[in-house]
Amino acid sequence: MPAGHDTATSPATQRLNNALREAGLAALISAGLSFPILALGAEPDINNQLALQTRWSWMFAAIIIIACARFFAVMLDGWRARTLAMAGLLCAAFGFGTWYFAGIAEPKIVGGTIVAGLIAMLAAFPIDTSESRASIAAKAPARPATILSSTATSLIATAGIGALIAFPLAMLWWFGSAGSLKWINNYGIQILIFVMLGWGLNIVVGLAGLLDLGYVAFYAVGAYAYALLATQFDLSFWICLPLAGIMAAFWGILLGFPVLRLRGDYLALVTLAFGEIIHLVLTNWSDLTNGEAGILSIPRVTFFGVPFTAGEGGFAHLFGLEFSPIHRTIFLFYLILALALITNFATLRLRRLPIGRAWEALREDEIACRSLGINTTNTKLTAFALGAMFGGFAGSFFAVRQGFINPNSFTFMESAWILAIVVLGGMGSQIGVALAAIVMVGGTEALRELDFLKQLFGQDFNPVQYRMLIFGLAMVVMMIWRPRGFVSTRTPSIFLKERKAVAADLVGEGYG
Amino acid sequence: MRWQSDPLLHVEHLTMRFGGILAVNDLSFTAGRGDITALIGPNGAGKTTVFNCITGFYKPTQGRIAFARDGRADETDVAALTQTARRHARMASGDIYLLERMPDFEISGKAKVARTFQNIRLFQGMTVLENLIVAQHNPLMQASGWTVLGLLGVGPYRARERDAIEKAKFWLNKINLLERADDAAGDLPYGDQRRLEIARAMCMDPVLLCLDEPAAGLNPRETGDLNTLLCMLRDEQNTSLLLIEHDMNVVMQISDHVVVLDYGTKIADGAPAAIRSDPRVIAAYLGVADEDEAQAVAGERAGERT
Ligand SMILES: Nc1ncnc2c1ncn2[C@@H]1O[C@H](COP(=O)(O)OP(=O)(O)O)[C@@H](O)[C@H]1O
Ligand SMILES: [Mg+2]
Repeated sequence: MPAGHDTATSPATQRLNNALREAGLAALISAGLSFPILALGAEPDINNQLALQTRWSWMFAAIIIIACARFFAVMLDGWRARTLAMAGLLCAAFGFGTWYFAGIAEPKIVGGTIVAGLIAMLAAFPIDTSESRASIAAKAPARPATILSSTATSLIATAGIGALIAFPLAMLWWFGSAGSLKWINNYGIQILIFVMLGWGLNIVVGLAGLLDLGYVAFYAVGAYAYALLATQFDLSFWICLPLAGIMAAFWGILLGFPVLRLRGDYLALVTLAFGEIIHLVLTNWSDLTNGEAGILSIPRVTFFGVPFTAGEGGFAHLFGLEFSPIHRTIFLFYLILALALITNFATLRLRRLPIGRAWEALREDEIACRSLGINTTNTKLTAFALGAMFGGFAGSFFAVRQGFINPNSFTFMESAWILAIVVLGGMGSQIGVALAAIVMVGGTEALRELDFLKQLFGQDFNPVQYRMLIFGLAMVVMMIWRPRGFVSTRTPSIFLKERKAVAADLVGEGYG
Repeated sequence: MRWQSDPLLHVEHLTMRFGGILAVNDLSFTAGRGDITALIGPNGAGKTTVFNCITGFYKPTQGRIAFARDGRADETDVAALTQTARRHARMASGDIYLLERMPDFEISGKAKVARTFQNIRLFQGMTVLENLIVAQHNPLMQASGWTVLGLLGVGPYRARERDAIEKAKFWLNKINLLERADDAAGDLPYGDQRRLEIARAMCMDPVLLCLDEPAAGLNPRETGDLNTLLCMLRDEQNTSLLLIEHDMNVVMQISDHVVVLDYGTKIADGAPAAIRSDPRVIAAYLGVADEDEAQAVAGERAGERT
């Protein structure tokens, strides 16, 4: 340190000064940013003309929160202390906000949250000191050495699959046939569709390291292939499903060819464009796709030929049950569960085959691959084709579930959403992708449940509208906290003595 | 003189231009089967470019690179093959490949010319063992029925994979890395990474192995080990080596044949003893620019270590 002996500032004081300066800087920047966004607003006045309104209090609230957050970030080292301080800050801000902005003067809530928040923020400091002392004491190599043994992994996997199989029946038993629909359909099926899409894209992005921003194209191809084959040729779902997968794989190869020479940003751009092209074709080729109106009355799924209808010959009649629409939903749940599990087992198997290792090697170093006799063109194409095929399966499931499709289900938002699931989960990790799908899709569904917030923010407040804002913030926080996703380490595909996880900083990200 | 009596690599009139730069200028030499052929020259002389042309990473501006994988390539046979549009032919005198016509992955996969890189290119995020298994991609791919049979769990894949592991263990033993088989390649110390890259190339059973500055950044003890390893590759594995090396001690000790490049042009070609006393080599390489060259080499090594 350059400071001489005569300067009497202790490290603690220096740190405090530093933190205050940083907080001031953050306050300035946030003031500049929030002034046009938060402080100025246009709202219709009595004459229904837009008038400029100022909301200084919002701006000051934002500035104070950001400055405090920056202060804690500089002052605190350990992640436990930081999390505690941030949680305290949010808690106090929430309490203050309910009183000041929402006008709810419930002393217990307001006082309670503010006091609890302040206590948490203060408690963060002693916790930080002890935490950093402990971490200095235990300065052992921080790399994760071993991972779960294969028996433990298979035990957990079996338990998980068992729980998933029991899920719709448990819901049915718990909520009854009307109440369980939401849980099986909105949570169960919706999450599993995205788990499957995430796993499909994981082959391309996570394993082969090719950044694909247009994955929704294959989802769309699968859905339209199923819809057209089923409505035009009266083919059954079980015949359409593989055909739709093959069709999507074919389009995957078709996309693969032009992008093979591209790397990184260029690759991402072309895949993005491809997704848009498919979307435009579906919208404008009205003769085939019926344009914006979409394809209606796609044949519903049957139980291997037995329709889920009321009355004679229906599923309920055949099995001596009372008719209920939930039967079809439960069947759809098991169908997508089976498809997702097939995707998973196929991917796990592929990882241990030469092609899977070649994908990962390609992600690590393409030039080295070529020096080892690996045909990188074919390797990339198979990754695109297989990823697309699973997307196509998911697409035909989507079509049979909805009974109606139009191009609006296949926008770039969908691609971004699937890619976010893969990145958030940890590229290449199957379990991480599944977790991310649960958090992201389940999380947005759960926003619908937050009706009590209406009491805080007024009847107009609809938490679902804040989906993207919350999603964006969550992504930012995640990328700071765990830049490589939930499961950042890589599991080797083969081992001699012991399966050791590979630290995230060594694993390449590919993108070309 | 095996490079005259039994050559396996014929580089003829090889020229490589990058825009205005003439990186390799009308270079011709042969490499003998079972020889360690050293390619030396000051920094920027074009050595790596020659490697990239031989291994297909660059398409030469001009020239022919004929490779006799087994047997010997007769002048007439090579000329006959050059007349056709083909890359490879099984002639009476053995398999002949025209490397300048082949894509890189076929040169390594079919013609069996393996290489290492000046700045190590391991699969850092994969384990040591995985690196060696990936190097056996093509035979394993075939054993897995191009993935189809392997996915269904039938066919000889399981057994072939066990064989591949055995081969990997053999090479790990040779380079003293068996203990670290399950560690990430990127976690290994620098010297071990260099040896692992050589072992990875050897897992392809190459006929010719091209090593780009394998001793760069190694300490004297590691360099000694490397010399032993390279001689073992030549004497026990019957692999021919093409070696770029800066360290003259290494070159003089282990090579059978030395080719000297300066500004892309060949200035000498012969046995090590003859090269050491060649006045042009001394002027270009050892003499005049000695001081600068030594510093450049030292700087390059320091840069590579970081
Ligand atoms: N891809 C390339 N593009 C342009 N110039 C190149 C390229 N590769 C090599 N060169 C140039 O060719 C010359 C020889 O380089 P190189 O073969 O790497 O030398 P050496 O390996 O002998 O040190 C250098 O002047 C270098 O700048
Ligand atoms: Mg070089």
